[in-house]
Amino acid sequence: MLAETATAPITGFTPLVPYVLVALTVFAVLMLVPKLLGKRSYSKDKFVAYECGVDPIGSARQRFSVHFYLVAVLFILFDIEAVFLFPWAISLQEIGSAGFISALLFVGVLALGLAYAWRRGVLDWNN
Amino acid sequence: MDPELATTIAFYVFALLAIAGSVGVVANKNPVASAMCLVATFVAVAGLYLTLSATFLAAVQILVYAGAIMVLFLFVIMLLNLSHETFEGISVRRTMGGAIAFAFIFISIGLLWGTGPKPGEAMSVRPGTGLEIGRTFLKDYVFPFEMASLLLLVAMIGAIVLARRPKLVGGDR
Amino acid sequence: MSNDTVYLIASLVKAVVIFLAGVHVVPILVILERRISAWVQFRIGPNRVGPLGLFQPLADLVKFISKEDFRPATASPMLFGLGPILTALPPFLVLAMIPLAPSIEIGGRQLALSVVDTDLGLLFVVALSSLSVYGLAIGGWSSDNKYSLLGGLRSSAQMVSYELALGLSALAVVAIAGSVSLPEIVAQQSQFIGFAENGRWAGWNVFAQPLAFILFLIAGFAETNRLPFDLPEAESELVGGYHTEYGGTKFALFFMGEYVAMLAISLMISILFLGGWHFPGDKAVIDWAVGLVGAEGAAISWVTALIGHLALLAKVGFFLFLFIQIRWTLPRFRYDQLMTLGWKVLLPLATANLLLTGAVVSWS
Repeated sequence: MLAETATAPITGFTPLVPYVLVALTVFAVLMLVPKLLGKRSYSKDKFVAYECGVDPIGSARQRFSVHFYLVAVLFILFDIEAVFLFPWAISLQEIGSAGFISALLFVGVLALGLAYAWRRGVLDWNN
Repeated sequence: MDPELATTIAFYVFALLAIAGSVGVVANKNPVASAMCLVATFVAVAGLYLTLSATFLAAVQILVYAGAIMVLFLFVIMLLNLSHETFEGISVRRTMGGAIAFAFIFISIGLLWGTGPKPGEAMSVRPGTGLEIGRTFLKDYVFPFEMASLLLLVAMIGAIVLARRPKLVGGDR
Repeated sequence: MSNDTVYLIASLVKAVVIFLAGVHVVPILVILERRISAWVQFRIGPNRVGPLGLFQPLADLVKFISKEDFRPATASPMLFGLGPILTALPPFLVLAMIPLAPSIEIGGRQLALSVVDTDLGLLFVVALSSLSVYGLAIGGWSSDNKYSLLGGLRSSAQMVSYELALGLSALAVVAIAGSVSLPEIVAQQSQFIGFAENGRWAGWNVFAQPLAFILFLIAGFAETNRLPFDLPEAESELVGGYHTEYGGTKFALFFMGEYVAMLAISLMISILFLGGWHFPGDKAVIDWAVGLVGAEGAAISWVTALIGHLALLAKVGFFLFLFIQIRWTLPRFRYDQLMTLGWKVLLPLATANLLLTGAVVSWS
């Protein structure tokens, strides 16, 4: 399309600079204005984390289920699958059926992984 | 503005951001803050890829590193409930470790100084678009492409086996 | 002024205008949400501030900025402030990748009407939306409140689970269009229903990809944490979820993030599946409008852009209405149902749909 885009794709990103700067300025102003305008009052109990009116029992930063960790691992792996499939989907019309079969194998292998996770109960949250 | 000059400026801005982010990773005492600094570093590195015209790589860098791998890092930090790091004083071993790391940095800089294209010139290199990458993957490098899926499968099974606790296994087992 | 200067100024103005438009969609959606929810529940809704209560968001803003800047004593000071910013910024970055109208001619060149002009738009949309996870997770963790932590955790696990379905269903459209450039995906859907001369599908993708459309819509709801997927804030069990400890403008930034994400996802659905700025008979309408104002040369592209933009806005408006309507109609999922739907239904379906599309595309 553009002569510029053909030589340096980064030119297309230039307007992002004022965009992000304006955005961050607006956010910063929004965050700072209450510091100037808002009233302040102090009482000991006010700054305690909310726990339905009783004093919090222990810190909130506790260990939690390993399940979340497994979901994150599965997510990374399938995310990488998607990354591999992006160039595949773009070039599919050109490559034709050979490209389709290699992707079928690729996805098939990963489907095995999903099936394994499924059988091992990684995807179950109700126990 | 002259694209070459713009690219050079962009390179230095992103390089500074990447360095600042990685210093933040080491200097922060709060592990969650360190993780966020690492996200910033990854995004800055994506910016560096942009200055090299590697748009596809920049997007993938954000998608995989900043958007997926760091989520796992964050989960692990929260999972292990890592508390604030404390300064444990200076020992001989630490000093030596620091000295070696510094020496390594300076040697690397010395070796790499002046080699390679200047930031503004590097954009003349034209890495593949999505179309070309797809073509290369599925015509010339089909075997590594398929192997990548096996690698991912092994990683998946490994993670499940390691994280498995008898209680969590439901259903027929 | 030289053509280059005109072009540069135009691209800067474009960036600022699109940002301001994004910001101003938020109060409009706030008042719409409150009025529509009232309508759904046989109430009247805010009607005191200004005509029909239209100035209510303005009053809300005054309230937000005059609130005390509060932070629990045990919260991490820096991260507590970072949470809202990290929630509000990614949706704006996603918005920056999306073209809002066909490109116009200015200073002798084509100016794309998205902040960022790249041929990998969709890839960047998927990549940048994956950054939305952090805001809620950090906001929830830094509050040192158990409800907040649970809300933050739930949201991150939920978003990563549905992002896969979102990406894979969009990939089916990529396979049809043979491109991840959003303007090219729109160009591929130039007819309402029909094929191009080379035998490729040239109609709206919703007809060729009904399943991908539904999957994308569902995943879009989950990505924006809207009901029925609003478990991160689930007020009946988690008080306010990740924003329990937040108030004033910090709370407002969380809201802004949610509404801009809603806008971005509505834009993406319209562009990927509903022909973007195309509508049946658009060529005739544009010809008529060009004749009406007597446009020539570059001005033709301006008229085309304006009409295209209005068409896109109409589609986006429909989806925004759908988002709000569904929020006030459906009950919330249970967490295990939500994860089951994401991993055992949407992910396999999206993968199968992608492979099927791939088979059809590569053999035709």
